Amino acid sequence: MEQNYQTLKFDYVRPSDFDESKPALHPVVIVGAGPVGLATAIDLAQQGLQVVLLDDDDCLSAGSRALCFAKRTLEIFDRLGCGDRVSAKGVSWNVGKVFFKDKPVYSFNLLPEGGHQRPAFVNLQQYYVEGYLLECAQQYPNLEIRWKNKVVGVSNDVEEVLLTIETPEGRYQIAAAYMIACDGSRSPVRGMLGLESKGRVFQDRFLIADVKMKAAFPTERWFWFDPPFHPNQSVLLHREPDDVWRIDFQLGWDADPVLEKTPEKVIPRVRALLGADVEFELEWVSVYTFACMRMDKFRYGRVFFAGDAAHGVSPFGARGANSGVQDADNLGWKLGLVLKGLAPLALLDTYCTERGYAADENILNSTRSTDFITPKSAISKLFRNAVLSLSKEHPFARRLVNSGRLSLPSTYIDSPLNTPDADLFAGAMLPGAPSADAPVQVNGNDGWFLPQLNAKFTLLLFCNAQGPTAAQLAALSALGHIETLLVLPAEASPNSTLRTIIDSEALLAQRFDAQAGTTYLMRPDQHVAARWRSLDVQQVQDALLRATCNLRSV
Amino acid sequence: MNTALSSLRTEPNFVNPDDFYESLIAMHQDLSEEQSHMANARLILLLANHIGDLDVLRVAMTHARTDL
Repeated sequence: MEQNYQTLKFDYVRPSDFDESKPALHPVVIVGAGPVGLATAIDLAQQGLQVVLLDDDDCLSAGSRALCFAKRTLEIFDRLGCGDRVSAKGVSWNVGKVFFKDKPVYSFNLLPEGGHQRPAFVNLQQYYVEGYLLECAQQYPNLEIRWKNKVVGVSNDVEEVLLTIETPEGRYQIAAAYMIACDGSRSPVRGMLGLESKGRVFQDRFLIADVKMKAAFPTERWFWFDPPFHPNQSVLLHREPDDVWRIDFQLGWDADPVLEKTPEKVIPRVRALLGADVEFELEWVSVYTFACMRMDKFRYGRVFFAGDAAHGVSPFGARGANSGVQDADNLGWKLGLVLKGLAPLALLDTYCTERGYAADENILNSTRSTDFITPKSAISKLFRNAVLSLSKEHPFARRLVNSGRLSLPSTYIDSPLNTPDADLFAGAMLPGAPSADAPVQVNGNDGWFLPQLNAKFTLLLFCNAQGPTAAQLAALSALGHIETLLVLPAEASPNSTLRTIIDSEALLAQRFDAQAGTTYLMRPDQHVAARWRSLDVQQVQDALLRATCNLRSV
Repeated sequence: MNTALSSLRTEPNFVNPDDFYESLIAMHQDLSEEQSHMANARLILLLANHIGDLDVLRVAMTHARTDL
């Protein structure tokens, strides 16, 4: 019998901190056990750090909420330990279709090529994702989750963060070397510190109706502009596991958010789409508005903000939860290195530069989609409808149709952690880019490339069938402690004591534009730090120092 | 003068300007005002894609709204 994550309740346990004479110092305290807080906590716990995760509630997400988990997020979940469960339970999809009135005008495939372990997206209710992450988190004795522990006071001091926490049996205080606020778009921590998230609020309301039914719609994202069953507005239809379908109706700003949630209003809208004879049950209903906004910085001294607390977008690009999990992926290794004394504080500021860049990219995409979906003026609507009416006949117009540009990971193109290319390369794997996946063989078994990158800096050396040259082996030996992964072509048989993978379909070399001798330095979060056409000890050492902010300027 | 500005042609470019103008007005024949607006919008989109060069288009957009 599958766990019902919606009804799961967690016991409050008296924290030992109640009995301390003065607030005990914890290395990391995370506020909010949603997808972002859980992902961050697991990442840090995997590095052996002591982590306290606080949540003001005693249950997981109420309602399905975040639904579309992107390829990059699944790859991060693979590293955190629940990628297989999320992918197996979730509904995989790659194709989206757009309709104008009752006619299909455009369809897109978000992953048109093969050779990737994960699909473009899986749809899975947020409570499953949180449940699976939680079960990963529970495996770490150094990760303590405290339910019904509500932060009511925060003091961000030079030496430490002092938190006042309310529990069913009263208040206590703890100190943290670092605190990460993953407490959502209304972030109480942000408010307590007198900080703001600023941006653009969109004057429109949307209705989510999750309905349970047996339906024959394909596993695709369907988006209608101005359909006959819901005139002048947009509708989105999406499949979830357990025979649940997400239907998202645009309502307009004048809609009454309380009235629109009642079954008397919702059921006729659903019926208009499905037809009178389709039987369904309402699973979850919500009326929402949204804003595109962000905080000026995501790090304030010892306090970090991640996920919706740091930045918000419209839901149309599935860029909310996905970008939050990528925040966790970016912050985890940096904070780990700093806490272990292996990197200076400057590395922590790159969390803000890199994820701030990503937030701006997400906000830009989200704002553009929203302007297309809900035009703000008569002329904006005229051009929108002109694009849609041209799109059936004219290919150029299809590229202008914007029903949501779906979440893709950012390439941190200007990151100070990148070593700029000195050699010529083609393709997408430029410094700052998230690593492509490819099928590989590991110890004679078919596998995938990304899971071979094990959350450490990794030197990737592409070899010919003979394996590394004597000069390369001498260089690797001089580099000593660095994690190394050799990539050999399909016809080769590994003969090195170094960790080796076989590029069985030559796709890894193709995607990395690699020849024998090509060397990549990969970061712990699987982004490219540097690349060269040949292996040079000094260049690798400098790139490693740069990628950890340890490079002293001369 | 930057290259983008110089790349928008505003010197005469029609072989027969009066033929063009007549065709433009004829396109709107028998259309309601609403339909005419739609036809204009589609025409802009078709031509903009044909030109393709965003620098050129932005210069044209700037000229289009000057003195309004």
